[in-house]
Amino acid sequence: MERLSRAWSSDFFWSFRQSKLAMISSTVVIVLVLGAILSPLIAPHNPYDLSTLNLMNGFTAPMEPNAFTGETFWLGTDGQGRDIFSTILYGLRISLFVGSMAVLFALVLGVSLGLIAGYVGGWVGATIMRIADVQLTFPSLLVAMLIFGIAKGVTPVDMRDQVAIWVLILAIGLSDWVQFARVVRGATMVEKNKEYVQAARLIGRSRLAIMVRHILPNVLGPVLVIATISLALAIIAEATLSYLGVGAPPTQPSLGTLIRIGQGFLFSGEWWILLFPAVTLLALALAVNLLGDWLRDALNPRLR
Amino acid sequence: MLAFGLRRVFQSLIVLLVVGLVAFSMFRFVGDPIDNMLGQEATAADIERLRGELGLDQPFLVQYYRFLEGAVQGNFGISYRQGRPVFEIILERAPATLELAGVSALLAITIGVALGVFTAIRRNGLAANTIMVVSLIGVSLPTFLIGILLIYLFSVELDILPSFGRGDVVMIGGWSTGFLTVSGLKALILPAITLGLYQMTLIMRLVRSEMLEVLRQDYIRFARARGLSQRAIYFHHALKNTLVPVITITGLQLGSIIAFAIVTETVFQWPGIGLLFVNAIQFVDIPVMAAYLMLISVVFVAINLIVDLLYFAVDPRLSGEDAVAGNG
Repeated sequence: MERLSRAWSSDFFWSFRQSKLAMISSTVVIVLVLGAILSPLIAPHNPYDLSTLNLMNGFTAPMEPNAFTGETFWLGTDGQGRDIFSTILYGLRISLFVGSMAVLFALVLGVSLGLIAGYVGGWVGATIMRIADVQLTFPSLLVAMLIFGIAKGVTPVDMRDQVAIWVLILAIGLSDWVQFARVVRGATMVEKNKEYVQAARLIGRSRLAIMVRHILPNVLGPVLVIATISLALAIIAEATLSYLGVGAPPTQPSLGTLIRIGQGFLFSGEWWILLFPAVTLLALALAVNLLGDWLRDALNPRLR
Repeated sequence: MLAFGLRRVFQSLIVLLVVGLVAFSMFRFVGDPIDNMLGQEATAADIERLRGELGLDQPFLVQYYRFLEGAVQGNFGISYRQGRPVFEIILERAPATLELAGVSALLAITIGVALGVFTAIRRNGLAANTIMVVSLIGVSLPTFLIGILLIYLFSVELDILPSFGRGDVVMIGGWSTGFLTVSGLKALILPAITLGLYQMTLIMRLVRSEMLEVLRQDYIRFARARGLSQRAIYFHHALKNTLVPVITITGLQLGSIIAFAIVTETVFQWPGIGLLFVNAIQFVDIPVMAAYLMLISVVFVAINLIVDLLYFAVDPRLSGEDAVAGNG
């Protein structure tokens, strides 16, 4: 308890309490993440369990009782009688899972390669950075689409829907590691000439130990900031790919897939099928983005 | 300058060769082209014949060489899905994408620079502040949501602009243009705004911050003291000196416009190469994917090269080394 209150009065939380925007956006993020994690408990029904669907409930408008069954749905239903609120919760789950796993993957890959490029250097480092440069020439969305397409081609046809989520994580993660590698390499090159690294080298610690135990903790600050901003970008990238129909499979729709489906009903007047998933995506991306901005300022007092 | 230019050209060629190897490996090792083209009811003789026809029985290096040779001549093989030469399909689709990208870039540059100058001059004005806030929202919205929003406003609610397709096109030589018909021009408006909006806000914010920087300089104060007109100061003295970073970013953004055309073309079902690429991924049409990859890399590498050389030409203070470092 004492530790908690000490943490609460630290610089970090002081600047958190100073910023209304940070408090609001972190509240939004926490609510959405909880909703995604607890979706099987919160959602009125499982939208992908066909036995719970009633086709008669199709196209029910939000907050209006259905003409045939008399049931009411907060956010309406889609053409097959799926409750939109439930599909959003389940979609949020997929979006957040893909986004965070992709960032985690990019982080581990980028930080490792960045450490190697910065500490070992030589031709290994040069090669890593050349690959990073070439990849940076192309927009990450394009790289992700291409990796997705190749991976899809390699997997057998009957496996494609099952592995699609993991392929998506791989594609977005691989398109995003460069940021981490560049920052970590730069920071490592500064750190490796400091005295504590020389001391560690003198007492005969291995290269790996120096990189992981000594340098890594000192370069993690900026990594955290990039990770937050990358999360917002990864969520949008996932939504974009799924919207384009080259992402999450129809059996596991993410928010992007829901928007893709909803666009089909734009002209026939069923606006709720499109609007609510779109607003959720927007709230999520915006909140994570604002949180990232705040984190960058909070962890780097020089920018203030 | 010459040595620097040659080195950059050489680097670009290496990048292209590597991309070519990736494209070729996709072509060769992802899926079995024979399976894809013939389907399940093919006989062993059919398979052998097609394998010979496509040159798939040759050694790897021979195949890579033949692939590169073909690519240089515009021969990217036959689309698995449409059964037609990929190059022919791309040529047919290219005008749609180029017209869309060109108009978007033009919109982004003209409106972006104009708004950037405006918001820098009227820094604390109500209109300028409103524009800045709106631009912030514009940057945070994903492209496809902007497109859907525009469709909702202008096609569903107001019903004045079409929501999909290119409208009527006129063929001039091999080039299909939508510029010459009313429906073609109307169909261009929403996609062009969708595609150009992000770049427009980016250019606007860049011009604004650069202008604010420049307007603080002594030579601007001196120009004011000399009694020059506001217009001369802002456009002749200030804007000109903000152009170096603006050219770089704008040039690099041209590539993004072509890449993000994929999203915009899908939203509006615009029959360009971006939509072709999305469909190719959905149906694992490897030759189309490989050809798109090669073409887009040539465009990107060329843009990067030109921007680097231009950067050098615009600002003579830069040495070759600095220009290389400036290229991310």
